[in-house]
Amino acid sequence: MTKLNGKGVCGGVVFGKIQFYRRGAGPIERVPVDDPEAEVKRFEAARGKAVAELAVLYTKASKEVGEENSLLFQIHQMMLEDLDYCDAITGQIREEKVNAEYAVNETAQKFADMFASMDDEYMRGRAADVRDVSRRVLSILTGVPAGGIESDGPVIVAADDLAPSETVQLDKSKVLAFVTAGGSASSHTAILARTMGIPAVIGVGGALTEELDGREAAVDGFTGEVYLDPDEDTRGHLQVKARKDAEYRQLLSQYRGKETRTKDGQQLLLYANIGSPDDMEAVLNNDAEGVGLFRSEFLYLESEDYPTEERQFQAYKEVAEKMEGRRVVIRTLDIGADKQAAYFRLPPEDNPAMGMRAIRICLTRPEIFKTQLRALYRASAYGKIAIMFPLITSVRELREIRKLAADVRAELSVKNIPFNPDTELGIMIETPAAAVISDQLAKMVDFFSVGTNDLTQYTLAADRQNESVAEFADPHHEAILRLIEYSAKSAHEAGIWIGICGELAADQELTRTFLQMGIDELSVSPPAVLPLRARICQM
Amino acid sequence: MKTFTYTLTDREGIHARPAGLLIKKAAEFPCDIAIKKGDKSADAKRIFAVMSLAAKCGEEITVTCSGEREEEAAAALQAFLKETL
Repeated sequence: MTKLNGKGVCGGVVFGKIQFYRRGAGPIERVPVDDPEAEVKRFEAARGKAVAELAVLYTKASKEVGEENSLLFQIHQMMLEDLDYCDAITGQIREEKVNAEYAVNETAQKFADMFASMDDEYMRGRAADVRDVSRRVLSILTGVPAGGIESDGPVIVAADDLAPSETVQLDKSKVLAFVTAGGSASSHTAILARTMGIPAVIGVGGALTEELDGREAAVDGFTGEVYLDPDEDTRGHLQVKARKDAEYRQLLSQYRGKETRTKDGQQLLLYANIGSPDDMEAVLNNDAEGVGLFRSEFLYLESEDYPTEERQFQAYKEVAEKMEGRRVVIRTLDIGADKQAAYFRLPPEDNPAMGMRAIRICLTRPEIFKTQLRALYRASAYGKIAIMFPLITSVRELREIRKLAADVRAELSVKNIPFNPDTELGIMIETPAAAVISDQLAKMVDFFSVGTNDLTQYTLAADRQNESVAEFADPHHEAILRLIEYSAKSAHEAGIWIGICGELAADQELTRTFLQMGIDELSVSPPAVLPLRARICQM
Repeated sequence: MKTFTYTLTDREGIHARPAGLLIKKAAEFPCDIAIKKGDKSADAKRIFAVMSLAAKCGEEITVTCSGEREEEAAAALQAFLKETL
């Protein structure tokens, strides 16, 4: 048994025979011709046919993978209709008196090279699109079919990489899984595989050679492992995994689109935590009812300098729009302690968890904070945004925050920039101080969300980064539960809602306790949404 | 001749999808339409040329329409850019 390693981009376990994707056209030769005009006509005919094929493909794809993913085929049509591209081909046929195949192949290479040399990673990826459309014209010209799989039964489809049109054109009933040597998680193969729910492993590299054609294999799309001639043990272990996966998927489908409500009718909002707009696909796939915690740090951590208002606005707007009116709670800058960005120039501290971090930075350097607030308010015009402030310990901080938020609203009004003036403002309950004075704080905000990770660290005086005190950092400690219970009571007395967005929210041992406290919302990682909904609905 | 400038606000810039939509829009008008970014210029009806500008978020482009129905084309493109990019 041999094992190949790649990157799993769509989960699932399958067993089957490997078949390499067969591509039609072989090497293209340069052939001198006497009548270049006849070659130009051949090219034009092939091009017209290719455009018509792409139109059919577009219709097929929009049914299978949706409008968004199939627009690509319209772009491919435009590429074939592009004057620069066509002129380059017909020009070469006429000037060099060569065959159409050769001119198409050369032009494709030239245009692909142009994209491949661009700075932008996305644009570099478009070289594959040029080759893909050109290959289609070539296969019409040469009369050799564009490629595919030749098998009666389903197989594991292997290839260097698959072009988008190749992926969509495959007969899905014959595809058990995709395994490719190249590709990235954002390649078309990966995106389409995920959309169609076909297990896929990409980036296996040179180990995936055509000699493997016909070999028995097992593909684990969760771990990115491909086993050649799997032994009994491996088979057994993977079969268990496949069965669990099937049960899990069954569970998912059963609770998708349902409300999160116990048998005796207590309803709860089940939201998801995200770190960037890239996580939205997982949020929607797992049917979260909202976003309970959008950590805005990624904007600060991924950049070399303070992110601009515009950059932030775009990210917040994207998430708000994708949730289509469902609530998106965005937490303001929570940098410091374990999350550092060099350009903030924060001096080293002996005890950073209790140092200059989160809201403390924002209130010390209000210009950074106001930029973020402006971006958040502007995005509030595009969906249901709620703004959440971390690490609150006092009424005074909250007063300052409310003043700054009011200033930002006033500035936007003066400039006639649209925003939602009723945008909810809330705070994290993650310090013992905030929990203890939650009765006072509740009167000043629209919601609470309990951050159990920091609340545990601060209440139990046990550093979450320090392994040696892990046993003292028990989140089930009575002190933590009492603080949450008191915060919930304070929230409800003031008529506001309270959620939990720390890791404890997904802890099913405490679900019943949270329901008894009257917690209104739980926010968990996207894959935890459906299992938790299942649990609550069964209670 | 009708000219206007526009600063891209879409996070991804003029990538394939909006480039395709832009070309479709430009093709609705008979006049010549050129897009300039810095010292590079592209015919707005040619997808490879438009994509090769590699115009990104925050960058400014200049659109020039000249010929039949130029006023109308400029207004339509301005509205399109605002909506899409």
